[in-house]
Amino acid sequence: MATETFTGHRGLDMDEPLIFEQGAAGMSGVDLPGAGEFEDRLGDAGRESETGLPGLSEPQVVRHYLRLSRNNYAIDAGMYPLGSCTMKHNPRLNEKLARLAGLADLHPLQPLSTVQGALALIDQCADWLKTLTGMDAIAMSPAAGAHGELCGLMTIRAALEAGGDGRAIVLVPESAHGTNPASAHMCGYKVETIPTNGRGRVDFGAFNERLGPDVAAIMITNPNTCGLFEDEIIEIADAAHAAGAYVYCDGANFNAIVGRVRPGDLGIDAMHLNLHKTFSAPHGGGGPGSGPVVLSGALAPFAPVPYVVSADDGYALVESAEASDASPYGRMKGFHGQFGVFVRTLSYMMSMGADGLAQAASDAVLSANYILAGLSDDLTLSYEGPCMHEVLFDDRFLAETEVTTLDFAKAMIDEGVHPMTMYFPLVVHGALLMEPTETESLASLDQYIGMVKSLARRAKQGEVAAFKEAPRLAPRRRLDETTAARNPVLRWLPGDKAAAE
Amino acid sequence: MAEIKYTEEHEWIIVEGDVAQIGITVYAQEQLGDVVFVELPAVGAEFTKDDQASVVESVKAAAEVYAPFDGEVVEVNDALEGDPGLVNTEPEGDGWFFKLKVADPSQLEDLLSAEAYKEFVAGLG
Repeated sequence: MATETFTGHRGLDMDEPLIFEQGAAGMSGVDLPGAGEFEDRLGDAGRESETGLPGLSEPQVVRHYLRLSRNNYAIDAGMYPLGSCTMKHNPRLNEKLARLAGLADLHPLQPLSTVQGALALIDQCADWLKTLTGMDAIAMSPAAGAHGELCGLMTIRAALEAGGDGRAIVLVPESAHGTNPASAHMCGYKVETIPTNGRGRVDFGAFNERLGPDVAAIMITNPNTCGLFEDEIIEIADAAHAAGAYVYCDGANFNAIVGRVRPGDLGIDAMHLNLHKTFSAPHGGGGPGSGPVVLSGALAPFAPVPYVVSADDGYALVESAEASDASPYGRMKGFHGQFGVFVRTLSYMMSMGADGLAQAASDAVLSANYILAGLSDDLTLSYEGPCMHEVLFDDRFLAETEVTTLDFAKAMIDEGVHPMTMYFPLVVHGALLMEPTETESLASLDQYIGMVKSLARRAKQGEVAAFKEAPRLAPRRRLDETTAARNPVLRWLPGDKAAAE
Repeated sequence: MAEIKYTEEHEWIIVEGDVAQIGITVYAQEQLGDVVFVELPAVGAEFTKDDQASVVESVKAAAEVYAPFDGEVVEVNDALEGDPGLVNTEPEGDGWFFKLKVADPSQLEDLLSAEAYKEFVAGLG
């Protein structure tokens, strides 16, 4: 990195090498007694080469990780308007409860009689999620969103096959999430795309025309990935059901409608819930995802194991098809799902209450519409509002400037804000997809709008070079994404300075 | 030299005898940006028109390349594996994707002329 200081640091922005490039072999933060006399029973398995472990003192190690943490950008540090990712505040109450020893120190193989409280927690969490979605059943085990999509499709497949129906096609609208076609493909279905209409929503005519006895399901995202509510969802579900197909809904955008709309009332048969988005568990490198799938009455009998049941003598887990009185298609995952995320989710739901959850959804939608209103004159809105939880702009406002969406995003890094989602969805050119969530205060939204407007003005005034050079104030300048993708350096080797850069 | 034809999916096709060489257009690679990966079909694979035949990935997006007509894959451009940047530098030359043996020559009549494709792209704004 080009720098003017002797140390390479720039004020409080520390230039930190890899831990393997620091210290010296043989140095250690602790004094251990010698091994004394012992009989070597390793035989040929004993290591003869150096371990290559870095030798550092405790303060060196502490400084290393503290410095790295200061280069991290997180929702705890500032606004993170990454569209379709719902980067919202993770309440500290959730963390406190998830760390209670009685919950954090459980082992998944403990006897059921010793974990009745944990099973009650899973059951209660499941119950709240079914209530909020208006659905009959839930599979709690899927590990994250795309795993939930696969779980939902496998349930649909099991239901169809139980009726001797070998339908082979899954319809995915252009306005759906990008993982949907991949999940359908992985489940053995052939994917066909349904176009978007001029209003940024599913083209109902094209969908209706394509429906037929070979269509197993439609995978719809609602609100969709243009940030718009699919207002013909009931007609779409009715048409799908009349043709013998199921309706899968990608629930990644559920944060916009919690407490306002119950997907069960819209005719949806299966939907995953990203607990790590809507229900405020950490994600994006901060924690595991969790993607339970709610199911309609038609699909409920085929839900995968394990699931919690309540009996007179307490809670029990149904772990296999033999032990079930329904027709589970199998198991998605070892053990019971992401228990730590269930704790956070239940903590969030109980502390917010039904009214608080609905308020959060409304605030998320209001925040996005505030950005829509604040930026519509300077950026180009892709589809007429109002929007739901996220607002979609495209790059027409940059048309005469030589500045691209990528350059614009890099300039936002210099402003100390995580850039929005860019180049997705693909239905518009050079997309800029912004999702502020309910987390941001009015002052924060105003500052963001002011910042984006100032960047747009600078782009239009011809400050192209400044955009092409951005980011100028980050710990690293513009990364060469092309070379990184074409010639990835996946392993650091001693003396390999290039890899560290 | 054989005439170059196009599709609305932004592929170009050069037919010589009963074999067609297929790639993506200058416009398509400009829209994608720097290409970093190309997944080619297996030699011997048989496609019907509009089947997904290849995937092309850039720093911005992933896109599918479709079979413009029915046919069997007789050759693929292995050079793209080590140097996917050829799609950007020589999209309508060394950056070709695969060759299909044309199963039904009548399907070739649906392809666009260079002039018609140019008009189609101009209409995209």
